[in-house]
Amino acid sequence: MKDELVLQVKGLQTYFKTDDGMVKAVDDVSFDLKKGQTLGIVGESGSGKSVTNLSIMRLIPSPPGRIVGGEILFEDKDILKMNNNELRELRGNKISMIFQDPMTCLNPFLRVSTQLVETIRLHQGLGKKDAKSKAIEVLDKVGIPAAERRVDNYPHQFSGGMRQRVMIAMALSCNPEILIADEPTTALDVTIQAQILELMQKLAIEFGTSTILITHDLGVVAGLCDEVCVMYAGKIVERASNNNIFEDPKHPYTQGLIKSVPRMDEDEGSKLFSIEGQPPNLIDLPECCPFHPRCPEAMEICRRKYPEPVLLDGDSRSVSCWLYKDKEE
Amino acid sequence: MAENNILLEVKELKLHFPIEEGLLFKKQVGSIRAVDGINFEIREGETLGLVGESGCGKSTTARSVAQLHKPTSGEVLLEGRDMVKANKTELLKARMDMQMIFQDPYASLNPRMTVGTIIAEPMQIYIRRNLLNMTKAEVIERVEILMERVGLSRFFKNRYPHEFSGGQRQRIGVARALALNPKLILADEPVSALDVSIQSQILNLLTDLREELDLSYLFIAHDLAVIKHISTRIAVMYLGKIMEVSKSAELYKNPLHPYTVALMSAVPIPDPKIERERKRIILTGDVPSPDKERHNCYFYDRCPKRFDRCKDNIPALVDVGDNHHIACFLHHDKVAE
Repeated sequence: MKDELVLQVKGLQTYFKTDDGMVKAVDDVSFDLKKGQTLGIVGESGSGKSVTNLSIMRLIPSPPGRIVGGEILFEDKDILKMNNNELRELRGNKISMIFQDPMTCLNPFLRVSTQLVETIRLHQGLGKKDAKSKAIEVLDKVGIPAAERRVDNYPHQFSGGMRQRVMIAMALSCNPEILIADEPTTALDVTIQAQILELMQKLAIEFGTSTILITHDLGVVAGLCDEVCVMYAGKIVERASNNNIFEDPKHPYTQGLIKSVPRMDEDEGSKLFSIEGQPPNLIDLPECCPFHPRCPEAMEICRRKYPEPVLLDGDSRSVSCWLYKDKEE
Repeated sequence: MAENNILLEVKELKLHFPIEEGLLFKKQVGSIRAVDGINFEIREGETLGLVGESGCGKSTTARSVAQLHKPTSGEVLLEGRDMVKANKTELLKARMDMQMIFQDPYASLNPRMTVGTIIAEPMQIYIRRNLLNMTKAEVIERVEILMERVGLSRFFKNRYPHEFSGGQRQRIGVARALALNPKLILADEPVSALDVSIQSQILNLLTDLREELDLSYLFIAHDLAVIKHISTRIAVMYLGKIMEVSKSAELYKNPLHPYTVALMSAVPIPDPKIERERKRIILTGDVPSPDKERHNCYFYDRCPKRFDRCKDNIPALVDVGDNHHIACFLHHDKVAE
């Protein structure tokens, strides 16, 4: 039961055409999402986290973007081959999304009730009255005090944390199978972040939703996720369970990333570890390992060829690095 | 170790932004109490970290120390000189010792100026007013030295900011702040717009510079882990007031104010084992609006440990021993006993 897959992404490639050349924002990304699981996708800005998930929803602006290859299987169907009607059925109903900035995602001209009722009526075919009472019910569930009164307010009358609660209410109002949360707490303060994360965790269990959590904050990942994918320059460089990623990271990038986060529970050392250099430019990236210019363990072969993922620990984790490839062969 | 001299002293600093109404005849109907009476000092070689949530007045504090906003009342003493009452020339002279690094490396650099011009500008301003004596060649040399010091190649000086990444731009901002050999740098969230791997590079750079050039920082951040890493002393702000000030290590080991405790428990730690076992104190509600004069403890509305006395009295910032100052009645009583 635990291993039932709800979503399979295989070899996804999303490219953007620019005047300077082709940007391979997502290049050959594969992962599975199990039922009830929370999958974390971490990476720095520009690593392709958001594009991966916009591709799942087929929300890539085209042009300039194009999904060049791969398949995304959901309920035995390939999302990439769906027509507009099927997509309408899928978005919001089966898979919904929470975005980073709750202010830009709500229409400032419409009351929260209008926006919530619209979603509920569209997806569940309820009448106006029923939809409104359902709207109040979900707002209540996400912890908005005096939901009955607040439902008729405009978005600007809510604080940032409250707006994010409204977004969560909207996303969960149709009991989706999968919830994609794209940096849901990045715009919020820590005390509010703690509230929202706790709420998401509680609701995911209550509704049995599988969650994909995109974030750059390793602390958030540690507290919430079952499995973690680390992305760098459009590729997943490492996938492992939450414990393994933090205790025994295999890829040099993951190791560097974890070491370079200043930690509150450690004594102040004199110096932070830092990965030297800058992330690569994704335009016309050669067939090398994109991390090799910054990698402390770079070898000859890293400059020529990208390593295929290697499965470790009985297939429970994978890493794309020549360090481990050699040992296999 | 003897205590160093006091470099900056802030006394009862207040900054209230007026709320105005009316089209032709503006009438003040209230005020936003962004900074509402704070005291702190920074000694030479010290880094004071100022931490708090958005809207608590951290940035406003830095800006009113630099006199970018004129404070409503209070004193800002830089080496004994009061900046609030200073006239233009005095202020200009004082600002040589006090420079700022801003949060957004995209917005704080003029896109039409080359990097060389940006870094030279502080010097040019003083040369034009005959407050600094440098020849053209000296300025160029100084720009090159500064660029290399912050980790940029000197050959980049004729490029424009858009050609650089976020981390490199922040290095340009640091170089500009160093141009006049300041004693104090006000760094307003200098790393919060950067990715972790770049963030650690900039933090290391700032630490190195502090040692090398005998700098002091007022370092503002909302990230408690970053603040802990760089600061020697930390002040926790909430709603325009300082709630707790203590030495960095002491504060994290032994946070006393209920707000500090809650704030710390809310920070996620990148370790799943610790995360699973931690108990979170989750504060209810949001930060209240600072538009009213308050007669109770500023944290009263959200405090899990409030009691009768907090309702009508404002706790002062009191030393509870070992230079640990705290504004909470819970701990004041213990001192009195």
